[in-house]
Amino acid sequence: MVEQMYKAEQPETGALPDEAGHFGIYGGRFVAETLMPPLNELNDAYRKYLHDAEFMAELDSDLAHFVGRPSPLYFAQRLTEVAGGAQIYLKREDLNHTGAHKINNTVGQALLAQRMGKQRVIAETGAGQHGVASATVAARLGMECVVYMGEEDIRRQAINVYRMRLLGADVVAVGSGSKTLKDALNEALRDWVTNVDTTFYIIGTVAGPHPYPAMVRDFQAVIGREAKQQMLEMTGRLPDALVACVGGGSNAIGLFYPFINDAGVQLHGVEAAGDGIETGRHAAPLCAGKPGVLHGNRTYLMEDNDGQITETHSVSAGLDYPGVGPEHAWLKDTGRATYVAVTDTEALQAFHQLNLTEGILPALETSHALAYAVKLAATMSRDQSIVVNLSGRGDKDVYTVAALEGTEL
Amino acid sequence: MSRIEKRFAELKRQQRKALIPYITAGDPQPDVTVPLLHALVDAGADLLEIGVPFSDPMADGPVIQAACERALAHHVTLHQVIEMVQAFRRKDADTPVILMGYLNPIEVWGYAAFAEAAAAAGVDGVLTVDMPPEEAVDLTAALRDRDIDTIYLLAPTSDVSRIRLVGESASGFLYYVSFKGVTGANRLDVASVAEKVGELRRHTDLPVGVGFGIRDAESAAAVAGIADAVVVGSVLVNRIAELADQPEAIAPALSDKLAELRTAIDAAG
Repeated sequence: MVEQMYKAEQPETGALPDEAGHFGIYGGRFVAETLMPPLNELNDAYRKYLHDAEFMAELDSDLAHFVGRPSPLYFAQRLTEVAGGAQIYLKREDLNHTGAHKINNTVGQALLAQRMGKQRVIAETGAGQHGVASATVAARLGMECVVYMGEEDIRRQAINVYRMRLLGADVVAVGSGSKTLKDALNEALRDWVTNVDTTFYIIGTVAGPHPYPAMVRDFQAVIGREAKQQMLEMTGRLPDALVACVGGGSNAIGLFYPFINDAGVQLHGVEAAGDGIETGRHAAPLCAGKPGVLHGNRTYLMEDNDGQITETHSVSAGLDYPGVGPEHAWLKDTGRATYVAVTDTEALQAFHQLNLTEGILPALETSHALAYAVKLAATMSRDQSIVVNLSGRGDKDVYTVAALEGTEL
Repeated sequence: MSRIEKRFAELKRQQRKALIPYITAGDPQPDVTVPLLHALVDAGADLLEIGVPFSDPMADGPVIQAACERALAHHVTLHQVIEMVQAFRRKDADTPVILMGYLNPIEVWGYAAFAEAAAAAGVDGVLTVDMPPEEAVDLTAALRDRDIDTIYLLAPTSDVSRIRLVGESASGFLYYVSFKGVTGANRLDVASVAEKVGELRRHTDLPVGVGFGIRDAESAAAVAGIADAVVVGSVLVNRIAELADQPEAIAPALSDKLAELRTAIDAAG
């Protein structure tokens, strides 16, 4: 039974994106011509190995023995009591090797890079979790790894920067623009266009040009497949709602995707409201942005009336991004998923609440999902259930939280 | 016949190669741009490429990224860039003007409305760096309706099928990116450019311009021996950066540089 839980089988729905990577009007491939042939090559390789028994067996084996899958589904009894409504279950992606869901995707992309004969991988990172997960798989496969990270994020995620260096990765500080995730992505794209013959770009979220949004989703969908089976085993039925935080949206899509055809399961994505949507200092493109084109895809963006990308704000580096994966844009427009936003203050409260009620230290990104899940649970009945994606652990954030609260470590 | 086609036809008759300077609109400040465009024409430019500032210029190197940041510090918008073209056209009815930039400012404005305003101002071509032909059907149609050419990039990675696809969608000329990389890098390899431009010519009758990595008289002359047009950007924008505090010195300095390149290109042609 457990054996089947982490099987990286075919995607369940599979209708979208279309051949050119479109989710309705979203997605696609908006890159300079130099990158079009390598994207075609990547897409061909990805389509091929998705159906290759040997590749999928190696991926399954790595997910089981290196990542530690399946991750537990945990009933948060005391948090449920505090919320006073629906039963809250936590999908424990924080217990994966390297401490977040990001490794599910980097294991898959690194195996693909190896099959494609690339000896050098590059990655962008915000909170550093994807950078650590990329550096980890590169070290394991003996590949050179360069991680681009905004100067502002390097400052607030010092532990992850040090971890990446321990893993042998070259962490390059990006000082342009807002010095955060979007600028790191720009710089990674510049590296890729320059070194395209030797280099595989491991994008960390369900954004970027086709096939990245679909490919990253398919590597992350293991989260939802396991959660579905675990809920059936533990409760005998599907959950009533799923809740996940959304920066680029990879942990959310990973959880949502296997449930998309289960109409009775509500999907809730939680963006970062920063200081509050009304202040303009936030990172909530789905809640308060408009469609546009950035980083290779059409999606909701935070932009001004002239089409310039605006600076974002969130206490959480991993959510501090002005765009979002195109499949989320499509799920929003079709009404299949709903998107809300949670402020820095609410997220910090949830961060403490989970420590105190369940003995679990969540990442600040994840704390946004927790804050909303508790609010949502209170509006639901006790015989209903919610699965929250506990996407990452919060060790990396303790310095940030301590500094915000005036505690010197 | 579009102004771009006409210009290339004239040059061909004269057996000359086109020199196309690039500057970012509004860099280092908005009032510099229109007089600078006239100065570039006087110094030997055959066509002009005007960069539309964008917050996230992913295909550009640090030099042009910094130019975008200088222009955006003055909140230079696509609407203002169109107004600059309109102002330029009052004194110059002949020199083709190409806007080069990223899709999002056009996307936000709306394709048809942008095409109408651009045509009214006298824009002749639009090169949208992050818009390959697969995604460009609607924009290309809107531009064609207003007799504006859509200029596309081709790259060292482009194979025959992509050369054909881009060739079918493009009008005006083709812009060949001389190396894998971003603008301003120093990676020009003349022999490989010659080989690839030869391949392009087997699949298209459009004039071929070459840009990226042309920084001096020598490289300009070498490219002029291969292509129909030589595009020069970062080397000019770098001078603008050096002179950002003395804007009155920018036009004379860029004119000198352009005249030097002009002489080298004409000698090579």
